Amino acid sequence: MTQTVKASGVVTSTATEMAADLASGERTSVEITQAHLDRIHEVDTDVHAFLYVNDEEALETAASVDEDRAAGKDLPALAGVPIALKDVMVTRGMPTTAGSRILEKWIPQYDATAVRRVRDARMPILGKTNMDEFAMGSSTEHSGYGTTHNPWDLDRIPGGSGGGSAASLAAFEAPLAVGSDTGGSIRQPASVTGTVGVKPTYGGVSRYGVIALASSLDQLGPCGRTVEDAAMLHEVIGGHDPADATSIDAPVPGVVEAARHGRANGVKGLTIAVVKELGGEGYQDGVRDRFEEGVEALRAAGATVTEVSCPSFEYALAAYYLILPSEASSNLAKFDAVRFGMRIEKETVEKTMSATRAAGFGDEVKRRIILGTYALSAGYYDAYYGSAQKVRTLIQRDFADAFAKADVLVSPTCPTTPFRIGEKLEDPLSMYLQDIATIPANLAGIPGMSLPSGLAGEENLPAGFQILAPAHEDARLYRVGAALEAALASAGQVPLTRHLAGAES
Amino acid sequence: MPSLDRDEVARVAALARIDLSESERDRLSGQLSAIVEAVAKVSEVAGNDVPATSHPIPMSNVHRTDEIQPSLTQEQALAGAPQKEDGRFTVPQILGEEA
Repeated sequence: MTQTVKASGVVTSTATEMAADLASGERTSVEITQAHLDRIHEVDTDVHAFLYVNDEEALETAASVDEDRAAGKDLPALAGVPIALKDVMVTRGMPTTAGSRILEKWIPQYDATAVRRVRDARMPILGKTNMDEFAMGSSTEHSGYGTTHNPWDLDRIPGGSGGGSAASLAAFEAPLAVGSDTGGSIRQPASVTGTVGVKPTYGGVSRYGVIALASSLDQLGPCGRTVEDAAMLHEVIGGHDPADATSIDAPVPGVVEAARHGRANGVKGLTIAVVKELGGEGYQDGVRDRFEEGVEALRAAGATVTEVSCPSFEYALAAYYLILPSEASSNLAKFDAVRFGMRIEKETVEKTMSATRAAGFGDEVKRRIILGTYALSAGYYDAYYGSAQKVRTLIQRDFADAFAKADVLVSPTCPTTPFRIGEKLEDPLSMYLQDIATIPANLAGIPGMSLPSGLAGEENLPAGFQILAPAHEDARLYRVGAALEAALASAGQVPLTRHLAGAES
Repeated sequence: MPSLDRDEVARVAALARIDLSESERDRLSGQLSAIVEAVAKVSEVAGNDVPATSHPIPMSNVHRTDEIQPSLTQEQALAGAPQKEDGRFTVPQILGEEA
């Protein structure tokens, strides 16, 4: 029998509602933060979204926000609203593992820029969320600290790599979370947990202090249960940071205003294109049905709908699984048993490194480091990494042609609803297909959002709707996303997580 | 495209400084060969006329002003070290017997 995790009370509010309740004095941050900590203690044994719970400091932050509010001080919009952080971001004084045993018990001495911005926004940090080791995976099964379970059905995966952040939202353990997306690690977990996740334009959120997977693809982004909540968090963490040389030197796009505009006024005047190659074969029927209903809802909300073809997308997955392992093999060379983390002591430093990395890295990490080392090694560089980078150019050209015909592109986020834990562990290639629709955006650096399209299949599990916009046009995602969310809500389809809120069934 | 047999996996793993057991070598050889076969198609599509993209958003010459910023103290920088001595990282012997 399916075991679902349900919730009630204050934790089921949206972050925007919590912020309003705090501003009006209806509730205190201590009350809201404590309710989430209680919730974590109640359900996280089953869900396992958190690797570390930051009780004491979260309550201290909450109390100081309440004090300042009582004193009439000006506070940031989300002050007092708690948040969960993917364990890929370094947090001063809080353990940071990136899901790897090689970093067990490591306590960073500084904060990632995004973490500092969350602190500056006065948001109590509830803890660090589980992830596939070094963000390599689509299920959290590759975490060195156990699998996170999907609150919709505890026998199923919550997506990955940011399955902990997405599950914490669906289980109402946190109203907001920060994730990271290299090939879909924010959007695919959002899709399979019925939540909202956004990968901003590459460079839109600083990566200073984020443990790097593939530097030309990685991007941090906001996760929430509604489009507006994600927008509120996007504005907190986004913006230029001189400490990250790839950070975009421009103001954060007005995503909150765009979300409110889309919800109120729909998408009249916008052209929306369905990507022919991101659908069809390999996509579950129910996922396609919900997607098509979403497209119709956008048409009804005023959009012109068309179709575009992006023929090079056929090669995106292959290019990604050369570029990512190549860059990861280089980034993960820093885990050398010298400066931080695990050390298995041997006679020489080289033997120490090899033994430590053998003990500290899991199967998927070893697989990808070896694949990347191979792809970059003498004799193969041009055929593999070099060709993959050319494919990247072709994909960018396809996007440029498509965006000449449409304001945004849409597709299902993930070909399936969440699969069962263990189902794809021995077949890496079939696991990799989970990200087939999300990877092109990372290769091109453009922003993408996943939001719920409804429940699909015989099992009634969440399906996701993906929106893609040109680089720097993140606001379009929020306008279209909020319009779709409003249309589906009036049809009774979303927010999906409301199915998990309310009386136990 | 060549497949990754057990010896090739062992050679590349040594380059990556990861010790592998016999059974890991067997398993990885099969899995990696299948992955390499699946990704090799990238070389079919892009000809010499297509430039490579290494970075998705074009940027060049990103500088910051040359000002002293707060940074970690020596103690903080060494705080995560598996072993340290006299303000330095301590490592085992760095050269092999033959050196």
